[in-house]
Amino acid sequence: MLLRHTPKEITERSALTINPAKTCQPIGAMYAALGIHSCLPHSHGSQGCYAYHRSTLTRHYKEPVMAATSSFTEGASVFGGQANLIQAINNIFTVYEPEVIAVHTTCLSETIGDDIPQIIAKARDEGKIPPGRHVIHANTPSYVGSHVTGFANMVKGMVDYLAQSNGHKESRVNIIPGYVEPGDMEEIKRLAGELGVPHIMFPDTSNVLNGPQTGRYHMFPPGGVTVEELTRTGSSMGTVALGTLASGPAARALDTKCKVPCEILDLPIGLQATDIFIDTLRQIAGVTVPESINIERGRLLDVITDMHQYFFGRKVALAGDPDQLISLTQFLVDIDMWPIHIVTGTPGKKFEKKILEITKDVPHPVNVKSGGDMFLLHQWLRSDPVDLLMGNTYLKYIARDEDIPLVRFGFPILDRIGHSYFPTVGYRGGLRLLEKILDALMDRQDRDAPEESFELVM
Amino acid sequence: MVAAGLNLRLTGWKACATDGERNMATLNPEELSPPVAEMKPAVVDINAEEVRKELLGKYPTKVARKRAKQIVVNEIGPDGAVPEIAVNVRTIPGIISQRGCTYAGCKGVVLGPTRDIVNLTHGPIGCGFYSWLTRRNQTKPRGPEDHNFMTYCFSTDMQEEQIVFGGEKKLKQAVQEAYDLFHPKAIGIFATCPVGLIGDDVHAVAREMKEKLGDCNVFAFSCEGYKGVSQSAGHHIANNGIFTHVVGLDNTVKEGKFKINLLGEYNIGGDAFEIERLFEECGFTLISTFSGNSSYEYFANSHTADLNLIMCHRSINYVAEMMETKFGIPWIKINFIGAEATAKSLRKIAKFFDDPELIARVEEVIAREMPAVEKVREEVKARCAGKRAMLFVGGSRAHHYQELFREIGMETIAAGYEFAHRDDYEGRRVLPSIKVDADSRNIEELHVEPDPERYRPRLTEAGVARMKEAGIELSEYEGMMAEMCSGALVIDDISQFETEKLIEIYRPDIIGAGIKEKYTIQKSGVPMKQLHSYDSGGPYAAFKGAINFYREIDRMVNNKVWKYLKAPWQEHPELAAKYVWE
Repeated sequence: MLLRHTPKEITERSALTINPAKTCQPIGAMYAALGIHSCLPHSHGSQGCYAYHRSTLTRHYKEPVMAATSSFTEGASVFGGQANLIQAINNIFTVYEPEVIAVHTTCLSETIGDDIPQIIAKARDEGKIPPGRHVIHANTPSYVGSHVTGFANMVKGMVDYLAQSNGHKESRVNIIPGYVEPGDMEEIKRLAGELGVPHIMFPDTSNVLNGPQTGRYHMFPPGGVTVEELTRTGSSMGTVALGTLASGPAARALDTKCKVPCEILDLPIGLQATDIFIDTLRQIAGVTVPESINIERGRLLDVITDMHQYFFGRKVALAGDPDQLISLTQFLVDIDMWPIHIVTGTPGKKFEKKILEITKDVPHPVNVKSGGDMFLLHQWLRSDPVDLLMGNTYLKYIARDEDIPLVRFGFPILDRIGHSYFPTVGYRGGLRLLEKILDALMDRQDRDAPEESFELVM
Repeated sequence: MVAAGLNLRLTGWKACATDGERNMATLNPEELSPPVAEMKPAVVDINAEEVRKELLGKYPTKVARKRAKQIVVNEIGPDGAVPEIAVNVRTIPGIISQRGCTYAGCKGVVLGPTRDIVNLTHGPIGCGFYSWLTRRNQTKPRGPEDHNFMTYCFSTDMQEEQIVFGGEKKLKQAVQEAYDLFHPKAIGIFATCPVGLIGDDVHAVAREMKEKLGDCNVFAFSCEGYKGVSQSAGHHIANNGIFTHVVGLDNTVKEGKFKINLLGEYNIGGDAFEIERLFEECGFTLISTFSGNSSYEYFANSHTADLNLIMCHRSINYVAEMMETKFGIPWIKINFIGAEATAKSLRKIAKFFDDPELIARVEEVIAREMPAVEKVREEVKARCAGKRAMLFVGGSRAHHYQELFREIGMETIAAGYEFAHRDDYEGRRVLPSIKVDADSRNIEELHVEPDPERYRPRLTEAGVARMKEAGIELSEYEGMMAEMCSGALVIDDISQFETEKLIEIYRPDIIGAGIKEKYTIQKSGVPMKQLHSYDSGGPYAAFKGAINFYREIDRMVNNKVWKYLKAPWQEHPELAAKYVWE
């Protein structure tokens, strides 16, 4: 057994996290910053941080993940990282020539208390920031929240530094897609386009972290929201933010700063959440939903009908990030599966309340925990087994030990390729999720069926 | 910019002086690959000295001045001397480097592969999370009851409260909870950046908890990420910790002849399994590996071995030296990457023990393993010979893997390490002349003395002389540059910018580097083999590993996909003028 030491009995732990269901803020900030066109994310800390974040993002996306670091040594840790950051800014603009440097902090520079806006101002005064180039920042202390918080903070940083109101409202909607895959961002844009709603989406990692092979490497690929677009978000007539935790702070900041009102919705994963997303866009922009979207929705509905007998009453355990889990749990409940163990490492009590609300009619006790870990999830399901696991790659160890099928979903996925190209958001994304779930369940049934009941037609 | 497909002539390139000695055990010298320039008809001349200038051209003056000392054109002098290179110095902020941190070197590299120590990261969640199973170290517990914590990630998940009020209390509680849940033999505590800053005394906590728990060895590592200039500092800290707290705790003398430790082999992709198999067939008794497929008990017992074998010199030479001083165990540098290097290494070990039966058995094993290697090598070489590699990786891999490439007729035209020191480049002969700077001084040098009871020199003076006569140097490593050709580029801590430039200028056939570099290189249309954890595949060590590697490189450099980079309409846009059926 690979997790041979995990006991069934749950004992209280107040200090020890085992097998976390989250990671730290800076990696989320780095991912968000990659969604700005011609932007080099910069990690203000020791170089291990950026090495780990780049490695993990690279393994997840199988794409170049560019970023720089302040390379703190002991001296910088004692005297502060100002000299390192100013030197880095100068070197980056000279050698790599991005339009934007997006600085995020680390536990190291946060503990020291480096004042990033002051350092950026000094770099500007010293002429280290060429005209027309930008340095933005977000505070992302690793000892607060999780990678989702870091993503949210960097997206908010984009608003804080770059959004500007030009005094009148332009008929256009801002869309903040949440901490989702590049393929998801592409799908969200497609849906908005299909509806005929002019929009600016930020951040946008499509065509950055799912780019084509052309035989030519571009440090700054064609994708990403441009600085000019980010500036114009302040003059859009409204913002639709997807995912309370990942997108809420930026949407609210835009309202405060530029008086752009916002709707904060759940991530459009599954039928209901996608319905709400489409309907909200329709109402804000005053458009009619085209037949093409009705067809997409109808197909998802049709497949749910077709597959219902396989899903009904099957128990699921989930680990992942709050925004994703809320929509996914709703989707699973909608298709009459029973999500009964749900854990996120990201802290926040609202999550537990919301999940319990969504699952209140599930005819089975439901375990939910925010700030939990996969060790706890494993203990839960050893006492109360499930038919399916959904979550990131690390769940494969539980899946193997307990012999439960696993559908990979969320971040990070380190052992499969394809997740960054095919969306799980929208109606089409819903279809794909259902196909994956059904494949996993049916493959298991085929594997386990005795010869006499191994069937061609299932 | 040189277009793909052009043949480049490397001017100033000289065939390596050591080529003659490098023949495969069963090969004729004529079969060795000729120098690159002879194999590829020249179209464009490239001079390494010019390239060097180009790499430095875009940097701000201060950066260029510093990098200039870290980029040298190799030149083998008459006495085997090589040029001096500035290495193990700080990475320049903003210059995108391959390097990681001290914590990564300590917890991730050296201690990570040991299965039965609870490795507890004291810090915010990230560090523990990123070093959780990502290095592909394999391990095989001895049975279902054997401890294996490698699949687990343990962290104190420090919160703001601990940053402000201190984290020692939470750390103690975490150690207690780990003990109560798992009853491990040992718990290792690893400090991350903020721990050092807020002044948590991890060593005091370790001492207190060790005493309190009674039957669990608790020890700590001050491996905060900002210490030192790279992972290398973390290796040193790990070496010190393991030597101080574990090595020598168990004096049980195991049965078996020809007792050895294997140092600096981390069982990535099963490398150590393959080496273990060979050792068994040869009749060596492996006491401990540091640290692939290892157990706490093996470390505790490792001082009972008679010879230390160093695979990765950079990450582990400290333990070898300290074991020699304290226990009298000599060490030799070996290398199991490459079939020829493997054969040579096995013979060296046999020679050390000087036992005719052992020597004969080693020859038998080599003779048994080589035909399969030769068969694949010949086949693959036909498709790979004359192609060019670049290696920018690690602290020994950029050296070791040149062997494998050479065996299939591929020359390494540029190489460098990510975190090595001058001795890894220029050989240990330069050790006395290495200046210790402030960053290195931060890392403790343990003062070790011979153990009053357990010091026992394994070789007599005659034995030492015999080794010398056989051409086997004890406590010696020649470094990478001595085995590279004159005219090759040697680049320490290569940057993203330099990597891109090199690709543009040389269009190498393959590059070996790390995961962060992988896709920038492949997006340029050049295959890239990840040589830290291999990403997938392995083992690449020893004979079977060599076969795997030949096949892997053959697959990569001859991958059909590179032919399809252009769509038909991009190749022949002129045909798009009209409907063909008109």
